[in-house]
Amino acid sequence: MSSDEEPPKRGLKGPAPEERARPEGRRNSQGIRIDPDVEAEQPPRRTTITALVSNQPGVLSEVSGLFSRRQFNIESLTVGPTQNPDWSRVTVVVEEPDPNIDQIEKQLDKLVPVIHTRELDDDAVRRELVLVKVSADDPQRIHAITEMYDGRTLDAGPQTVTVELTGSERIIDDALDAFRQFDVREIARTGHTALARGETKTSIAPDRVKTDE
Amino acid sequence: MSSERAVAREERDGEQDTDPDPVTTGAESVVRALENAGVEYLFGVQGGAIMPVYDALFDSEMTHVTMAHEQGAVHAADAYGIVTGKPGICMATSGPGATNLVTGIADADMDSDPVVALTGQVPTDFVGSDAFQETDTTGVTRPITKENYFASDADSVGDTVGEAFAMAARGRQGPTLVDLPKDVTNGDTDAEPGPAETPPTYEPSETAEERAVERASEAFTDAEQPVILVGGGVIKSEASEELRAFAIEHEVPVVTTMPGIGAFPEDHPLSLEWAGMHGTGYANMALTLTDCLFAVGTRFDDRLTGGVETFAPDAEIIHADIDPAEISKNVEAEYGLVGDAAAVIEQFDAALDESPETEAWRAQCQEWKREYPLDYHIDEDEPLRPEFVVEAVDAATDDDTIVTTGVGQHQMWASQYWTFTEPRTWVSSHGLGAMGYGVPATIGARLAADEDQSVVCFDGDGSFLMTCQELTVAAREELDITVFVLNNEYIGMVRQWQDGFFEGRHMASDYNWMPEFDVLAEAFGANGYRIDEYDEVEDTIEAALDDDGPSVVDVHIDPQADVFPMVPSGGDNGRFALRGDHL
Repeated sequence: MSSDEEPPKRGLKGPAPEERARPEGRRNSQGIRIDPDVEAEQPPRRTTITALVSNQPGVLSEVSGLFSRRQFNIESLTVGPTQNPDWSRVTVVVEEPDPNIDQIEKQLDKLVPVIHTRELDDDAVRRELVLVKVSADDPQRIHAITEMYDGRTLDAGPQTVTVELTGSERIIDDALDAFRQFDVREIARTGHTALARGETKTSIAPDRVKTDE
Repeated sequence: MSSERAVAREERDGEQDTDPDPVTTGAESVVRALENAGVEYLFGVQGGAIMPVYDALFDSEMTHVTMAHEQGAVHAADAYGIVTGKPGICMATSGPGATNLVTGIADADMDSDPVVALTGQVPTDFVGSDAFQETDTTGVTRPITKENYFASDADSVGDTVGEAFAMAARGRQGPTLVDLPKDVTNGDTDAEPGPAETPPTYEPSETAEERAVERASEAFTDAEQPVILVGGGVIKSEASEELRAFAIEHEVPVVTTMPGIGAFPEDHPLSLEWAGMHGTGYANMALTLTDCLFAVGTRFDDRLTGGVETFAPDAEIIHADIDPAEISKNVEAEYGLVGDAAAVIEQFDAALDESPETEAWRAQCQEWKREYPLDYHIDEDEPLRPEFVVEAVDAATDDDTIVTTGVGQHQMWASQYWTFTEPRTWVSSHGLGAMGYGVPATIGARLAADEDQSVVCFDGDGSFLMTCQELTVAAREELDITVFVLNNEYIGMVRQWQDGFFEGRHMASDYNWMPEFDVLAEAFGANGYRIDEYDEVEDTIEAALDDDGPSVVDVHIDPQADVFPMVPSGGDNGRFALRGDHL
């Protein structure tokens, strides 16, 4: 060994932690280099991620399992068939800080059945559907509010009325608030589904994947 | 090979039939797919639902190694994959057979080791009925496989197995699994499997984006204190040669991760060995104070980074990895280079106009080597130091010797005090930290190694006790391996943490009773040795290494020996403890 000094009976020789050179910088808990005086953390952001996946057994469980095991915070997850019978579209609304949103996209992309993933722009077309069942105490006012929110009455009996509403998340929230003046018995919401606006493609399937577009 | 099978083989070969017989069942198609992929060894355990596949193996040239336990099968396959770079194959039946594979599959997933698991399953009609030995194997293993498959019919099962093999090997390697219902493997088919291919949607990028490479190379040239951080991906991509040439040409200090051990020769002056929780002081100092980190094929595991707040906080990070999801996952990278390690190193080298000026920095790194040597106190009257034993075995063996380990203190001593110079000579369980990895991994490594290459295992008493039944395989197959059990009669790493962080309260870490491992080894048909004193070390090591077949050396070490340096979990790499009072 280079120095003549004997190592201690337990442990190693060398300068103690406080005697060593120190770096100047620091990172935050997300691993981003920061000004040591400002412990900036990225605030969570709400956004919609869309994924085109191939229809195979277990794909939905693969996607949902990914979110649970990586502790990503999802608001809603919808899935349904597309123009190509071999594909399905998964639409996820998440609320996470930016580095994690990036991670969600990359981790989704890594799943073998996932063909394409992207975060939708703010101007994307988004819709959600909700069914709300209320007590039929005041049918006329229920009808008026249903009309106000462009809803439809699907079932009207002596005891209950069930109404369908579609819209953006904000409209749905407002409508549900309005319905709370009645005796709301049950609610079922689908969660968001969305497409990119205009000519922008929501998903790009690689050429090598057979497409009927 | 069993004599019964040998006789059948002789009869068949007597017919001078060189072309393989056409496939007639799903099981034969599975076997054909593996043969087409060039598989030589399979590690497994028989059982009801997998029997059709085993029956088809009866006529195959491939060698099946019957293990004592399915965990042994998957660890052996994993080690085989690490040493050869080709997927190791393990087999198990449904239910308990499949669930016994889980630990090893998770280990392969964490360390990106290429493994293919084939599991039997109850017939398709019974799936979902809670039938005998039914487990939702694809469900259980979904989060711990790169991809898994439920074979749906006899016609496609061979291609599915081929795809699983290709997926395990290509891109970022990892474990895959094919669940094989008995009606599928028993089913009639004449479908010959095609070549093993990944699906068309799977397109790992080979080379990084040129512009990103150029910008990163400019930052690297301007660096004053650069470090190359080498992960296991460099070994997996066979990029060790390129990496060595690059580091030596540009005179940049090299730090490896634990899975990266062997990618760069540890006896080279540029090597700072490996960094992290028990890494060298000099590697951790260099990582803490570097101003530009070129990290290749590493996922910035928390055992490497310590707390991310203090990980290389002054450094711009250039991160090259084949998996885009690793870029900026744990530590933000200023430059992300997505591609195969060998290709990216070449691109990076080509883009680099000028080497960084590193003379002063290299001198600083050498100074740290002098300040924080890996050294230990020897007193002949005191119990044996484990570090001494590791160095003695290293001295008694060739440079290309393969070292396998279990998990715990012994694993750290082996990686610290052995001088690794070649890739694929360090075989360990890193990310999962699966105790019991050692003995079965040694079997897999032995079968993967060249005949004249030695294979030694450093195990702990606790790790050894978890899978030592696999010695029966080593004895039966006459495998020349030597297992050194560094025996302190503790779950030593837990005992060390209890001393450091739990006021020395040794709850459930003190075994109090251990079998005599040398005697146990002999019961299994291996050679047994025991070392208690310094003056027995050299001769006993030599005798054990000289034995043909498996040997176990029960080495009674200082039960109070601790592993240092140590960065406490989530701590600051630059403030590694050298002694207990630094914690």
